[in-house]
Formats: sequence, C-alpha cells, structure tokens
Amino acid sequence: MNRLENDVDAGAGRSGNKVLLTVASVLLAIPIVGLLWVQSYAKVEPTLAGFPFFIWYQFLWVFLCAACTFAAYRVVLIARPRRPFSPRGAKGRDSGR
Amino acid sequence: MNTGINYSALAVLIGLFLLVTVMGFWASNWRRGEHLASLDEWGLGGRSFGTWITWFLLGGDLYTAYTFVAVPAAMFALGSVSGFFAVPYTIILYPIIFIYMSRLWSVSYRHGYVTAADFVRGRYGSKELSLAVAITGILATMPYIALQLVGIQAVLEVVGLGGSGSVVAKDLPLFIAFALLAAYTYSAGLRAPAVIAFVKDGLIYLVIIVAIIYLPAKVGGWAYVFAAAQAKMNSLNAAGRPVGVFIPSAQAYWAYATLALGSALALFMYPHSITATLSSRSRNTIRHNATILPAYSFVLGLLALLGWVAIAAGTKPIGLDGVANAQLVIPQLFEDSFPGWFAGVAFAAVAIGALVPAAIMSIAAANTFTRNVYREWIKPHATHAEEANVSKIVSLLVKGFALVFVLTLDKQNAINFQLLGGIWILQTFPSIVFGLYTRWFHRWGLLAGWAVGMSYGTIVAYNVVNPVTGNHFAGSLSLIPVVGQMGYIALTAFAINAFLAAVVTVILNLAGVPHGHDETIEEDYFADEGDPRLEKRREMIAPVHG
Repeated sequence: MNRLENDVDAGAGRSGNKVLLTVASVLLAIPIVGLLWVQSYAKVEPTLAGFPFFIWYQFLWVFLCAACTFAAYRVVLIARPRRPFSPRGAKGRDSGR
Repeated sequence: MNTGINYSALAVLIGLFLLVTVMGFWASNWRRGEHLASLDEWGLGGRSFGTWITWFLLGGDLYTAYTFVAVPAAMFALGSVSGFFAVPYTIILYPIIFIYMSRLWSVSYRHGYVTAADFVRGRYGSKELSLAVAITGILATMPYIALQLVGIQAVLEVVGLGGSGSVVAKDLPLFIAFALLAAYTYSAGLRAPAVIAFVKDGLIYLVIIVAIIYLPAKVGGWAYVFAAAQAKMNSLNAAGRPVGVFIPSAQAYWAYATLALGSALALFMYPHSITATLSSRSRNTIRHNATILPAYSFVLGLLALLGWVAIAAGTKPIGLDGVANAQLVIPQLFEDSFPGWFAGVAFAAVAIGALVPAAIMSIAAANTFTRNVYREWIKPHATHAEEANVSKIVSLLVKGFALVFVLTLDKQNAINFQLLGGIWILQTFPSIVFGLYTRWFHRWGLLAGWAVGMSYGTIVAYNVVNPVTGNHFAGSLSLIPVVGQMGYIALTAFAINAFLAAVVTVILNLAGVPHGHDETIEEDYFADEGDPRLEKRREMIAPVHG
C-alpha cells in the first residue's frame, strides 16, 4: 500500500516520475503526429536544391525524430532510474498499468 | 536487358559472397557462451548484444530486399503513395517501439520468453491464444523470406545468370546461395547474421553514397529527376488513369498516413523483429537504439528516390525472359551506370542485404515453432538441447518452403503476399502490446478479435483486383468503412479486431467467464539486466548462464 513512503526518493519508483514521463510521451508523439498529418506537407513548393517540399520535409523529420527520441530517452532514464528488482507487485494482483 | 553475363560484376559478387560465407561459419565461435546447445544461445545469441551489435542486427533485420528492391521498384512504377510512405513509416517506427518494446524485453528477460507467443501464453494463460499468435507469426514470415530470395534472384538475373537452359541450370545459382545460407545459419544461429550484418551495412552505405552523389548528376541533376518522375506519374496508362502519384493529392492523404502507421505498428510484431530485440543485453538497449536507428531511414529514403532516378535515366527493367519486371529496376540501373566491378559491389550489397534478414527471419520463425507449437502441443518436456535441435531443423524447413514459394509462384505475387503478411501480423498487436499494459482484455475476446481481423483482412485483400491483369491480392488499399477514404487494409482490420476484442471482453466479464492465469507481476515489466530470472516448468540440462 504505502509503496511511495518506503522509497528513498518518493515518486521515482517503478511507476516513475509522472511529470517527466509525460514530457517523454509528448516528445515521442511529436514526430508521429507531424508525419501522419500528410496534408501539412503534400506540396511541391518551396523546393530546396531541386527537391520538392514533400521530399525534403520528410528527410528533415529523420533528424527531428532522432532528436525527439534521444531527448525522450534521456528523460526516461532520469524519470525511472535503475533500481534492483523487488517483487513488491507480488502482494496483490497486477494492477495492469 | 539480356546483355549476357557481366563477368567483372560476377567475379566481385562471388568474391564478396564467399567472404560473408566464411564469416558466417566463423561466427559460431564469436562471443560464445558456456552453455552451448540451448535456444537462448542459438536463437538469441545468448541475449548478450549491446547497443551497436543490436543496431547492426536490427538494421540487417528491418532493411531488407523489400527496401532495396521493392520500394524503389514501387517508386519507379507507381510513385510516392506506393513507395515513399516507407520513409514516414520507418521514422515513426522508432518513437512507437520506444514506448512498448522495453516492457516486452523486461518481462521476457524475467520469464525466459523467446517469442511473442511465449509472452501471450504467460500473460493470459491461454494455449489457444498463444498458438494463434505463433501461427500468425510463422505464416506472415514465409512470404517475407520468399521476398528476400526474389531480391537475390533479381540481382542474379541482371548479372546474367540463370534464365536459360534447364530448370536446374536456371535456378542453380539461387540454390547455391540458399544452401550456403542454410548451412551457416544451422551451425552459428543468430550470431551468423549478426556478424555478416557489419559487412552488409558497410557495402550498402558505400553503394548508396556513391549512387546518390554520382547518378543524379549523370542523368541531369535532381531537378531533372523530379521533373521526369512527375511527367511519368501524370501520364496516362492503358486504362486512361494516371500511371502513378508524384505527390499525394487530398484523396490519398489517408492512404499515405495509414500505410505508414499500419506498417510501423506491424513491423515489430514479426517474430524476427522481436528476436532481434530480445537478443539485446538490457532493457534500455532497444530505446538507445531507437535514437540511432533513424540513420537507416535516411538511407531508405535515398534508395526510394533511386526509383525516380531510374525514370530519369531511362532504365528498362526487362527480365531474361523478355518481360518487363519493375523489381529489376535497381540492379539494372546499377549495371547500366557503373563499371562492372562496382556494379558487382552493388549487387553484393543487395544480395547480402537479402541474406541477412532471410537468416534472422528463418531463425525467428523456427524459435516460434519450437517454443509454441512443438513444446506446447507436441512434446511438453523437451530439454534445452532438444529445443535447439528442433529449431535448427525447422529453420531449414522454413527456408525450404520459402524457396518453393519463389520457384513456383509469380514474382509479382510474392510482393503482394508480403503485403498480406503485414495485414496478418498486425492482428497479433492487441494480444501482445495491449497485454503489456493491461490484463483487462479477456483471452477469448482477443482470440475472437484476431479471428475476425484475420478473416476481414484476407477477404478484403483478396478482393483487390488488378483492373488490367485481373489478379487478386493486387494491392493493400481499400475503402475504410465509416471514414469513406482509401486506407491500408491492415489498419482497418486492426481497428475491427481491437473493437471486437473489447466488446467480447465486456460480454464475457458480465457472463463471469474466468480469465486465464497471469504468471507475470507488475514488477516484471521493469526488470533489467542483472535482476533475478525465473526458470520454471523447464527441465534443466545445464546451469543457466548470465
């Protein structure tokens, strides 16, 4: 029950730091929304070095996505630090989160 | 084009092929664990791979003949909706797997799961649901392996081998390549493709960089390439419709987005993607990888554009039988544009790029068969050594089946069946990924959703008929009910699957039908390297290492 009270740093157990995990989720959602919104980039102009906007914009997302994912990775490492296994969840049925 | 055998290209191709064969056999001694004859060792490389090896392995796994041959061919023949969707697909793939693959790694590490069906078995306590997931995985993998062999065949055909003479002489080169692949996969397991993947990636990067700098300038610059592509796509075909799509119009937004999203959700449900993930050393290896894997997406985009470069270059992909075959467009472009020896390097890149995933896919399908069909239904008390042996033999059978597939079916069919593979494999997503987060879904609800999703997807895909040739399975787009736009069938089937699973779950819960036993606990989903592992229900023949 009082899982958090037993933790050395409350809020940073297996459940993780909620605020930081939300930040990571948003970082991961940005490229997905950006690329599935096809209407925003299905056009020729402005061209860049001969490449239609449709083409170079999606190449640009390779780097933007890598940056977002890398940032999310760093945030998750902080939000849910490595700690040894302790089967606390064994007491009750898996809450299924 | 039938220009006879290109001897300098052939010599380089054979030389590089022999090199990777030697490496494949040597791999059985590489990073070898103490505990030899187990499925963990043979099938997961001892779960010892760190970030960089996993990066090469996943790259070798996900970027296959489909990307080197089929995607540029689709760009060449039909344009951006059929081909370039692969770029957003392989970009959004990484944030998506970032979210759930770590959980799958952790729970699999704790419980010794080797396949997705193992996890489903443990989570829902349902042999039937596990079998459904296992069979879907094996079924969807077969045409995918066949497609790799089609890629090797395309290279051999352009270099001038096969095509003439008796049936045996025609396919002899493919048989030899196949036998070597089978032999080193058998002896070295997952280590073989992991080692060869280094060579493969080196060759691919070399060829792509040279091709992307040299070829557009040779044909008249990028602006000319795009103008030529636009002109071809807007011209009319025999049926009086535009040949293809240059940039998606409003009617194609849904198609483009659903193809990208559906493919991204489907890819990591394939047994071979899960194998590569589980072979990594720690929980966060896959997440670290998600931050560096997009480098491949960039290369993939460049490869796709080579399909349009071929339009500007006027490449004529005609097979040795004199019939136009868009699958030959990239090898043909290389043969037309490069000196013989460099064309040989490029051919080797494509051929080895097809061998690596074919090896990983057959290992993964074999693992799935062994764990979830053989041990579960045929011989429940199989030892580690027996499991590894059955896997080795099944990996040969799976490759043999794929070979028969290639030799007996029309190549165009192989591409279309691969699309069907995507539709099928996505139907296991609710059982696997929803299960990583919640036990709310009822096992029979998930099974019902799976059955309906599989049936719907297969029937709708069958009803996509090519208006010119009359062939079924002629594409992967269909009208989405309710939305009223064309979209990827896999995603529509998935939505129906998930909805039905939820409805049946509510009904079964009201009726009080019991859930299966869940052997996992919340903490399992966060376990990491070094945490204690459970080895239950297993006859041990040797201590578990590491």
